[in-house]
Parts: sequence; C-alpha cells; structure tokens
Amino acid sequence: MKREDDFEKRRKHLANLSDDELYNKFWELADEIVKPMVEIGKTNTTPSIERSILLRMGFSSLEAQPIVDSVMKMGLMGKGCGNVVWRLSENKKISIREAGLLVGENKEEQLIKKLF
Amino acid sequence: MELNPNEKLNIDELIKDLDKYEPKRKGWVWRKGRNEKRVIGDFEFLETAEGIKNYVPLPGSRGLGKIDPQPDCVITTEIASGRFEDDVRRMRMAAWNGADHVMVIRTAGQSHYDSLIEGTPQGVGGITITRKQCRATRKALDLIEEEVGRPINFHSYVSGVAGPDIAVMFAEEGINGAHQDPQYNVLYRNINMIRSFVDACEAKTVMASVDMLQIDGAHNANATAMKAWKVRPELMVQHAINSIFSERVGMKAENIALSTVPPTGPPAPCMRIDLPYAVALRDFFKRYKMRAQQHTKYMESDMREASVTHTLNLMISRLTSADIQSTITPDEGRNVPWHQNNIAALQTTRQALNGMDGLREMLKLDRDGILGDDIREIKERSILFMEEMLEVGGYFKSVEEGFFVDSGEYPERNGDGIPRDMNDGVGVGMIFERDEDYFAPVTAHYGYNNIPSQFKNPSDAIGGDTLEDRSKIIYIDELDDFDNVNARLEEVKKYRNTNLIKPEVEWTADGVVTTSLFLPVDERTAEFAAIQCGEKMGLTDVVVVHKQMLHPSEGTLVEIKGKVKFDIDIDKLVIPEKIEVLTEEEVKEKISKRKIHVVAGTVGNDEHSVGLRETLDIKHGGIEKYGVTYTFLGTSVDIEKVVNSAIETNADAILISTIITHDDIHMKNMKKLAELCEEKGIRDKVMLIVGGTQVTNEIAKESKMDAGFGRGTKGIDVVSFMVKHREEK
Repeated sequence: MKREDDFEKRRKHLANLSDDELYNKFWELADEIVKPMVEIGKTNTTPSIERSILLRMGFSSLEAQPIVDSVMKMGLMGKGCGNVVWRLSENKKISIREAGLLVGENKEEQLIKKLF
Repeated sequence: MELNPNEKLNIDELIKDLDKYEPKRKGWVWRKGRNEKRVIGDFEFLETAEGIKNYVPLPGSRGLGKIDPQPDCVITTEIASGRFEDDVRRMRMAAWNGADHVMVIRTAGQSHYDSLIEGTPQGVGGITITRKQCRATRKALDLIEEEVGRPINFHSYVSGVAGPDIAVMFAEEGINGAHQDPQYNVLYRNINMIRSFVDACEAKTVMASVDMLQIDGAHNANATAMKAWKVRPELMVQHAINSIFSERVGMKAENIALSTVPPTGPPAPCMRIDLPYAVALRDFFKRYKMRAQQHTKYMESDMREASVTHTLNLMISRLTSADIQSTITPDEGRNVPWHQNNIAALQTTRQALNGMDGLREMLKLDRDGILGDDIREIKERSILFMEEMLEVGGYFKSVEEGFFVDSGEYPERNGDGIPRDMNDGVGVGMIFERDEDYFAPVTAHYGYNNIPSQFKNPSDAIGGDTLEDRSKIIYIDELDDFDNVNARLEEVKKYRNTNLIKPEVEWTADGVVTTSLFLPVDERTAEFAAIQCGEKMGLTDVVVVHKQMLHPSEGTLVEIKGKVKFDIDIDKLVIPEKIEVLTEEEVKEKISKRKIHVVAGTVGNDEHSVGLRETLDIKHGGIEKYGVTYTFLGTSVDIEKVVNSAIETNADAILISTIITHDDIHMKNMKKLAELCEEKGIRDKVMLIVGGTQVTNEIAKESKMDAGFGRGTKGIDVVSFMVKHREEK
C-alpha cells in the first residue's frame, strides 16, 4: 500500500493530549496489541517447546527430537511430550529416562495410547 | 585453573573436563558503584563505576598517570570468528580493554536449525552455538573475570525455530543475556509468526527464571529500511511490542533492554535526527533498560569514518542515557571483526565516554524548540501506527499488510515493507493446541499446565528438572569426527606454545596482514595496482578491503589484506638485551657524590614536550628526583643553541627530544648534534641522549648518539644510563 503523509490530518485527536496522556495511550495500545499473542502462548505448544521440556527432564538434544516425532505421530502433542514420558514411566514403574527412550524408539505405542 | 597475566590462556586445559564444569553464577550483572562521584588520578569523575584490577589504559593516559576510568555503563564487544578457541583469547584482550559484556553472533543459518547443535563445528560469519562452545566460553570468561576483577556477562541469541531449546541450554550453562524478539524471526527470518510468538512465550519464561537480561531486535529495522531515519515511529512500535509482550509473559521490566540505535549517520545532519528519537524513546520506555547500539547502516569500509560516526553515537548516549553501551568494530564494513578492531571499538568507546563524563551537568536539552517538536511528532506518529494496527485486526494482520520496515515515515507508506503470511513461513503448521490434560513436568514453563493434584510443583513429578539439579543435564562432547575443535587445534599445532609464530587477525596463524598504499592513479587502476603490489610483497590471497579516491586522477588510498607464507622463529630473533636499570638508591648515592647537570630541549621545529618534561620533572619521577640538575631550553630549539648552552653550563649531558620523523628529520638532528659537539670539542665530555616516540637505542646509536629512549621511558632509565655510562668512560 502506498499513501502520502497525512500526519497532520490523522493527529487531530492527539493534538491536545498532555505528555502523560500520550504516554498512557501509547502503552494502552501496545498492551492491547500483544494480548492475543500472550493468550495463544498459553493454550498452544510447538515441537520446540516440547523439546525444551524434554531437555529440562534430562534428555539430550539428540534424544528429545525422536520423542517429539513419536508423540506427533501418535497424535498426542496436545497432552505434552513430557506428560507422555511421565505417564509411561509411572505405568511401567521405570525411570523417566528409560521411559523417554522407549517413546523415542516408537515402542509401547498401544500402551501409551491407553494412558490418555 | 587460574590465569597469569604473563601466560597465554591454555586452551587444552580449558577444554579438559568440560563435562563436569559448572558456571560460577547465573543472571545479569551491572557495574558496581554507579552514580557515585569518584576521584581517579588528578580528576573527579561523575559517570564512572568501580575500577578493575588489570587493564590496558588508553594511549593518551600516559601523560595522565595511566588512569583507566571505567564508564558507568556495561560495555559490549561482539566476538565471533567461527572458532571459539580463538575467540576466548580475544575475549581476554577485550576484558582488559574494558568490556564486560561479551556477545557472540551465531553462525549463518542457525536460526533455521530445528534443534540444538552439539559439538564444536566451525561457524561462518559467526559461531555455531552449542552446549560445548557455551560451556568452554563461560569457563574462559569465569577465569578472565577473576583476572580483571569484574563480572563478565556472556550473551547470545534466543531466536529461530529452536528458541525454547536454546533458552533452556543458556539457562543451564550460565549465559547472562540474550537477544529475544519474535518480531525478528517473523520479519527477517521468515519464521511463521504464530510459531514465533508461541515459542517466545516459553523462551522468555525460561530466560526470566534465571534473571537473564533480554535485548530486543528492533534495531534491525533501521539496518534494513531503505531510508533509515524514516522508520523512527516504527522502531518505537517494535520496541513496545517486544517489551510489553515480555513483561506480560513474566519478565521483570529491569531485565528488558531495548536495542536502540541512532538511525542515521553523517553526512546527514544525524544529531538533529537521532537525538529527538533517542529522547522520545527514553521518555516512553523509562521503565526499561537502554542498550545503546552503534550505527551500521551508513557505514562503508573506512574505519576512520566508522569511528567518527560511533563517537557521535556515544555523544547521544552521554546526552541521554545508556545502561549498556554496545560497540561496533570499525572493520564491520570489511569483514567479520578482527582482534585489533574489537579493541579499537572498545577504545573509541572508553575514550569518548571518559571525555564526555558529566556532560549533562553542563548541557541541558532544550525541549522548547525543534527538539521538543520532533520528540512530540515521533511519539504521535508511533501512536497512530499502533492505532491503525488495531484497526486492521491486530499484529498478525498488520504484518500481512506489510506495515513493517516500510520506507515511508508513518503514516506515509511506500508499499515496500516486508509482508509475511500468517499461514506460511518456516515452522508453519507446527502449532498444537493443549488439551485439558496437558502437562509439562518442569519449572519455568509458560501457560496452561494441568499439574496432577499430588504435586505441589510440576517438576516434583520427575524429582526435579535440570534447572534444579544440574546432574541431570546430558552433556554431548562431539558428534563430527572432522569438524571439531580438536581437529582444528591439531592443524595449527606447529604454532601452539612453540617457538613459531605468524601474524594473525582472527585465528591462530591465519597469516593475514593489511597494508595501506597510496597510489598516484585513479581508483580503478589503483585497485588492480594494489593487488599486484601485495603479490610482489609476497602476499597470497590478496584482496582489496578498502579504497578511497582522493582525487579522480591524482591518487587513491587502497588497503589490501593478504596472507604471509613464512613463519617467525622467536628463538632466532636478535632482540637487543634490555638494559639493566640501577636502583633508585644506587643512583641517588652516586649522584650525591658526583653531580650531573644536563641541558635539555625539543629540537627542530617540534613543539612536543610532554615526554621530555616527564623525563625531567620531579613530579613525574623524572631525573630531577635523583639529584640531577637541568637547564630546560623549551621546544623548537636550534641544535646550536643546545650545544652553546651545554658549553656555558658545563653540562655533563645533552638530552634532546624529537617526535617528528618526517623525512627522517629526527635522525638528521641527532647527527647534526653529534657533529656540532665534535666541532666544538666537547663530544668526549658530554653524553648525548635522545628521546621520542619513534626513537630506539639502535637508531640513536646509528646516528652517533650515546643512547636513545622510546615510548614508556621513565626518568630512572635515563639517569641509570648516565651514571653507568659516566663510569664506563
């Protein structure tokens, strides 16, 4: 889109605002703009977020990706990859690492699906 | 492991046992003792922080007691040659030159790499950021900060499609600051915008959990836009979006920094454009920190020009404020920064900040005139920008409509912005809605988390995560048998801790040197003539790194770089023995028994006298301190007058100072002095001593003097020579 500079016309409603009012308006607008982004972050996840969770759970970067791939394949990303690993370890009474490596190797798919 | 200033950093030792290394601390550190007046040397400073233990003072400090006042802001240096094992050596030099924020640029393409990278592959245009590289560098910086006596912040990038992964690794490895700005991914890396913001929520939460400082990426709009000064309203908007978004996600305002850059440079009237912008920004963003970046947009390969532009940028920092002062190396327009240019940038910064210390105590910004008007206009334009963003449906819609990086000054639009499609870009379709029973059993996780009721904290489910228990981190050493630090070290084995050296600019023994040539021809001829000059000088891979036409036909300055093919064996160098100096007590005693009188002056048409005065005056520890008496004849003295004065005062020695070396005038004056003394029959009686920045003992002796003294000479050196020489006679 091309447009000539119409600043003088557009600014009319701002012309009489004090510096403080201008400051407040600036931050109210910024806050309103970011609201949807702050919200979508709360209710969604991504492979990268899930990998970062697996890293924190004590998996290496090489181990994390296959776990995420396996969970995606099972259609369980909405549950959380860490959750899948944790539930499997609880169910099989094995360590978190053992459980995670099983998931990464695409094992126990039937069992995992039953856990959700 | 400990560092000794007289020993090189031991790289083999550094990379040993990295699997067990733990960073000393986490979180960002500001300089101590800001906002305190401080007396350093002969001066009171208003804008400094506590000093450091080991440093290299500015060259000009020689006449000022070699003080090295540390400015109040954190000072950044950007080092990333692609090989961390070489970078750490430069980081050490940078720390001695005042840097306490070391930033490493990432290798090209890492932002599209959908995972962490492991090992130590060599980077291109930056470093491959990996756990091993981070850990080794942090370990080096932990040692270097002990050596200089000030904490050093280590910094890199949390962006790209593996942002959250990198944030976790950084949090684990004690990285203190990072760039994080989802808008950067969207606009410049074409990463899907929804993915970018969702990932950013998690990455920022992890960063906040260890008090990492965040720097945004808005300055890139300035570097990308066709007419950089026109994006001032948009820059305000980009800064606002990342700042408030970060705060809403959970970062503390004090850990959020704006990467702000003066938008333009000379020959534009840049102060008049950049200053209102800087003030408007600081008005609106007073709750956040300012990381003052230096300008790169209107900068070519001329290092002098870059340094002047950066000095003007530093003036803006001093007239407004800067919590972090970034530095850009003057060779940015030529190549990935070289060792000496990181140091040059740090010196420019310290020099300018020291020089403008307390400027605001004398100068006040006048907001009643054009400055105030422009500030107001920038603010209003930025508000209008955001109003229209909301009108079209918010951030994502406005990006789709090409609002950003348009070369028009908003509300003017030129239709050349960077539009991105919400349903396109790298990583599109990789966003998954969390189910009601979504659970992430870790700390520092953002958003919805259905923690099973038996746990107080989510990470209780796994007995604590890596941010609580480091022993759970899985360390990977190397994955590639050929592309790794060990292989690289093996390649340069011949030069590591041996008697062989080669010149270098970034890597051990890279052999690169630069040469300046003035050629009395037009620019194009000069360019090719310069390459041949380099080849005839024995250089290989000769490239022109800078050329500047001085007149269309009279001549051109060309700078070339090339590689030398030879090694230097330092064991075979003939280095004249350093003259042993007598102790202060010895010389005082000898002079009290037998006096010495000298006649001194700066000879020729030379007005320099600082060095000579220091050598003479008692105040500077000059020869007077040891009982020597002197007759000082001043500057621009005739040789004849010096000799006559020596005869009149029955002097034991003549001390001349000579700085100017044009047409070897310094050597000619020395010879003239010796000859005149012979002619007048006093040569055997009078010691002839010369001093000056370009003088060496060898040059002096060649020119018939008894001794010559160069840079860094103290009174004791000269007086010790005179006492010994007199006895030997």
